[in-house]
Amino acid sequence: MSFDLVVNVLIAGLLTGLVYGLMALGLSVIFGVVRVVNFAHGELMTVAMYAATVLFATLKLDPFIVALPVAAAFFVFGYLLQAGLINPFITRPEHSQFMLLVAVAIILVNALLMIFGPDARNVQVDYQLDSFEIGKILVDKARLYAAGAALLTATGLFLFFRYSLTGKAIRACADNYLGAKVVGLNVKKYYALTFGLGSICVAIAGCVMVLLVDVTPPLGPYYTLLAFVIVIVGGLGSMGGALLGGVLIGVSEALAGLFIAPSAKSMFSFGLLIVVLLLRPQGLLGKR
Amino acid sequence: MILEATRISKSFRGLKAVNEASFSVEEGAIVGLIGPNGAGKTTIFNMVAGVFAPDTGSILFQQKPIHGLRADQICAAGIGRTFQIVKPFAGLSVLDNVMVGAFLREKTSSGARSLSASILEKLGLGPKRDLPASSLTLPDRKRLEVARALATRPRLLLLDEVMAGLRPTECDQLVAVFREINRAEGLSILLIEHVMRAVMALAGQIVVLHHGEVIARGSPEHVVRDPAVLECYLGEETEV
Amino acid sequence: MTRASAALAVVAALLIALPAFVGNYGLSVATLILYFAYTGQAWNVMMGFAGQLSLGHALYVGVGGYVAGGIFYHWGIGPWAGLWVAMALCALLGVVIGFLAFRFGISGVYFALLTIAFAEFTRIGFDHLDWLGGPGGLFLKVAQRDTWDVFNFRGPPLMYYYTILFLTAAALALCAWLLKSKAGYYWQAIRENEEAAQALGINTFRWKMVAVALSAAMTSVSGVFYAFYYNNLFPEQVFNIGRSIEIILGPVIGGVGTLFGPILGAVVLTVLSDGLTEILAALGWEVPGIKQIFYGVVLLAVIMFLPNGIWPALAKRLRL
Repeated sequence: MSFDLVVNVLIAGLLTGLVYGLMALGLSVIFGVVRVVNFAHGELMTVAMYAATVLFATLKLDPFIVALPVAAAFFVFGYLLQAGLINPFITRPEHSQFMLLVAVAIILVNALLMIFGPDARNVQVDYQLDSFEIGKILVDKARLYAAGAALLTATGLFLFFRYSLTGKAIRACADNYLGAKVVGLNVKKYYALTFGLGSICVAIAGCVMVLLVDVTPPLGPYYTLLAFVIVIVGGLGSMGGALLGGVLIGVSEALAGLFIAPSAKSMFSFGLLIVVLLLRPQGLLGKR
Repeated sequence: MILEATRISKSFRGLKAVNEASFSVEEGAIVGLIGPNGAGKTTIFNMVAGVFAPDTGSILFQQKPIHGLRADQICAAGIGRTFQIVKPFAGLSVLDNVMVGAFLREKTSSGARSLSASILEKLGLGPKRDLPASSLTLPDRKRLEVARALATRPRLLLLDEVMAGLRPTECDQLVAVFREINRAEGLSILLIEHVMRAVMALAGQIVVLHHGEVIARGSPEHVVRDPAVLECYLGEETEV
Repeated sequence: MTRASAALAVVAALLIALPAFVGNYGLSVATLILYFAYTGQAWNVMMGFAGQLSLGHALYVGVGGYVAGGIFYHWGIGPWAGLWVAMALCALLGVVIGFLAFRFGISGVYFALLTIAFAEFTRIGFDHLDWLGGPGGLFLKVAQRDTWDVFNFRGPPLMYYYTILFLTAAALALCAWLLKSKAGYYWQAIRENEEAAQALGINTFRWKMVAVALSAAMTSVSGVFYAFYYNNLFPEQVFNIGRSIEIILGPVIGGVGTLFGPILGAVVLTVLSDGLTEILAALGWEVPGIKQIFYGVVLLAVIMFLPNGIWPALAKRLRL
């Protein structure tokens, strides 16, 4: 096992991890603000992945281009999902909300199975097999671009929350539901907006992910769990934490795949989740 | 002395909520704990009831130390408590609520049921025993809270602002119930109250708390005239 | 309550007499319904009684099945011995998870995620456990199926039907008895308001652990049944999160925390979904995943319109 191989795997893991991070960012935003356990998160990502494959197959459009309209569509879908379905559930007990999204997840996964069948699909662009060479290190172009898109989106979101009025309003709603209502914020509208924003993250992450990974319907539940692992490990409510967690998981998966066995890689993620839940539930960068 | 707290202190993140407070409750007595908001009254209650332990000092119940024990252990030892914000088991019936408490000492369901029924009668909730607890008005919820605590057959009952929100007649009714239980069964009571009407009617001894420290103690008549108490809490115009 | 007892007696009689009316296919459907009813009831003990949402209950089904199956596979010892090992092991597993969760103050969503993580971790673990078959699966010898070999739990479908019927009835009786007992009152108190429960002398930690251990042990029996009924176990299938969700569908639809909810839910789900599959087959449509979508839609509808499940509304209507 050469050093170069390990470094290549590490870099690949890091880049993939950034895409994971974007996906988890969407969940962190949704979970952190609306406090809804979006159990359909991975399924939404899978839908985005399929959308990219379909658009590529029919219109020959590169996923990076397609990401924008898909993101817009997802924003609308997420907004409507929260406004129409989930908002009435805010005051209901926790397990009700949970089950609601479990139901949505089940429907989404099996709708995908019905429409696309169980076979794997992916997108093959011209630069799929190209890579940059830095000395002996090889960096896949597609992977680098994907990670770049993820970072770009994350930065955009961060700036939005930091500096825009709407972003601050959303943070207020997250901090103090009652207080926000008292000062006249239409909390339900902001919740819907937030879900829409989270959906944008998932859409973009999905569109670029399909360049790196083949998509099948069972990927949905797997990504949902992964998103939760990342968010919890990285820390709820911390955007940097989501990205950091994503990178951590991406790298550890890559290394585990290299040193142990490819099938055991997610075992590490779940083990990490258990440890973090027990010892540091607020995650690496989160606040209690 | 059924309860002796000696120089107990509690700080929360650097803020000293209770500072070297000492007080005691004689067996069969009713002691009132009064003072302005934030004086540390509920913190003292929570220390006695085992929600958290005092940082320093000791609490003896029936001459045995209880500081640091868990809330359920303290209840088993013989201290019952109500909560300032009532916590009924909303999904259960009134009777079932009290039965939960009764099962601490009663071995059988039937025993628990009859004990609960008689306690509910005493508190005037008999006719409502099969109603869901969620359907009760606030005064009734307070009575339910008391009934539940009484079902654990405590030797000392901690009442946390149980009169708040009650109309004067409801307050007097509850006062009468406590007086009766205290007289008939010798139940000791330590109560936090802002409703002075109730404190004066019930308490044989009053302890006054201010900024976490005991600033006065004694009989009601004495405490009510104490200038320090008047200044910090009751106000010079107070007539009781 | 005599109205309810009468209804119960009628249903019991019908179920006992059922094999006389239906063929083998109908019997297998009935067995499946009862299997989900039983497993849902076992799950209900943790959720309905202790208020802890477990989304990883397939863990106990899987471990129970593999333990009993493995003992039979390697040493030929029948399930009656394996059953006790399975129950003990799963109870211990439940205690470990419960201990970790409750000591560290994990509840609600985080607890659910913890249970999922344990189930997933175990699934992947068993995938690498070649001693128990690994990903290729563990296959139990399918012996002569005409005679009732109760000791080795091999026999015709009828035997399995009556076994699962007995188990479901026993679970129902146990839960009914528990609900009326001190344990039942204490659990409901903990579920309603843990702090108030503690103030009434209840050691909530210990009682939650009991509920978790009991639920785990009961669920493991389900796994043992599964292993000897289907005669094969695959980690991917048995520990799958989809299975965990299947387990909770019945109770959630029927009514969490109620006595008859899990059973009613199992009946409604299986009858409706099988009916749907039949109709579609008759129309010539073979649609993969339609059944699951149906489950999802029913779940959605129930959560939105009957949040407490079907049973409470139904019981009120029938005035039971």
